Amino acid sequence: MPKLKAEEIIAAVEEKFGGRVKSKKLDAIDPFFVIEPGDLIEVCTFLRDDSRLRFEMLNSISGVDYFEPDPKKAPKAGFEPHTEVVYHLSSITHHHRAVFKLILPRWKDNKPGELPDVPSVSSLWKTANWHEREVFDLSGINFVGHPDLTRILLSDDWVGHPLRKDYEFPLEYHGIRGR
Amino acid sequence: MGWLEGRFEESVITTSLEQAMNWARESSMWPMTFGLACCAIEMMAVGCSRFDIDRFGAGAFRATPRQADLMIVAGTVNFKMASRVRRLYNQMPDPKFVIAMGACTCGGGPYYKYGYNVVKGVDLVVPVDVYVPGCPPRPEALLEGLMRIQDKVRGMKDLTKEQPIDVPIPSRSGYVLLPPELSDPVKADAFAKKNKELATPAKG
Repeated sequence: MPKLKAEEIIAAVEEKFGGRVKSKKLDAIDPFFVIEPGDLIEVCTFLRDDSRLRFEMLNSISGVDYFEPDPKKAPKAGFEPHTEVVYHLSSITHHHRAVFKLILPRWKDNKPGELPDVPSVSSLWKTANWHEREVFDLSGINFVGHPDLTRILLSDDWVGHPLRKDYEFPLEYHGIRGR
Repeated sequence: MGWLEGRFEESVITTSLEQAMNWARESSMWPMTFGLACCAIEMMAVGCSRFDIDRFGAGAFRATPRQADLMIVAGTVNFKMASRVRRLYNQMPDPKFVIAMGACTCGGGPYYKYGYNVVKGVDLVVPVDVYVPGCPPRPEALLEGLMRIQDKVRGMKDLTKEQPIDVPIPSRSGYVLLPPELSDPVKADAFAKKNKELATPAKG
């Protein structure tokens, strides 16, 4: 079976979903496309089951926080505050890869403390279970439909999501000085 | 017993009970198998034949705190682990000793500023007897730390004097008493402002 180039993979997705692919970037080292969270399950099912693509393996899910905590530097930062979730996929059958992103607000409905929602893909790839727990733990993304969305690295009673740029270190954790 | 051979007539050796006990204690300092991070690799090297901690009688790494006299905290202690470290320490029989091995356990090390999950020194959790800095320390450094523990044991006088003082856990809070000009945020701001003014070069 042929190994597809990144452009061809993105073209196949665009052919199927048309305007629901919001944007794409082909000159990056890992060319990627951007979709809406609402289309995630549909697109992932297509990527996994289409005979040309066959992405059986989910390499990783990452959360990226775009935010400049210093108000003086914020206008020069070059981006609006937002969060991204990045999915890396591999096909073992065809030996090709794909990357796609979701772009989310930092907080759901702009209410600080309300985590943004993303549908869980743990029903499609089993490995997504722990990846999503890690992203939830450190970056604070709420994966809707996840079987057990609890913290995976930090202790259960931890407050906040440490890889968010506006995270404040705890002064004290169970009587032990934190900073 | 090569070096003792032929040195004595058939006779009685006298020593104080305390010295004999300390000698036995320091020569069989059993550490606990307790590696938390990369320093544990260096601790294993100390246990192996090249450096051989067994020469000092401390080669019997016990897998349970109840049989151990010495806890070598080798590696980064994070908040999730801290309560377990304290529990293991509490389970050890007296007299017990702790070596803080490596920069992370001495004071947070490379995680001091941006490690949101790292305890800034294991002495905030358990009382530490000997600090062995380094990232990771050389095996010789850990052996040196062990010898300092042995010195400490040799100086113990728990029969003739009273028992060593119980160190409250943690023995220090980690909070620093600030000088009066920095004691509250308003004063600290004024102090910083004044310093900045003093630092600006005079014009003209």
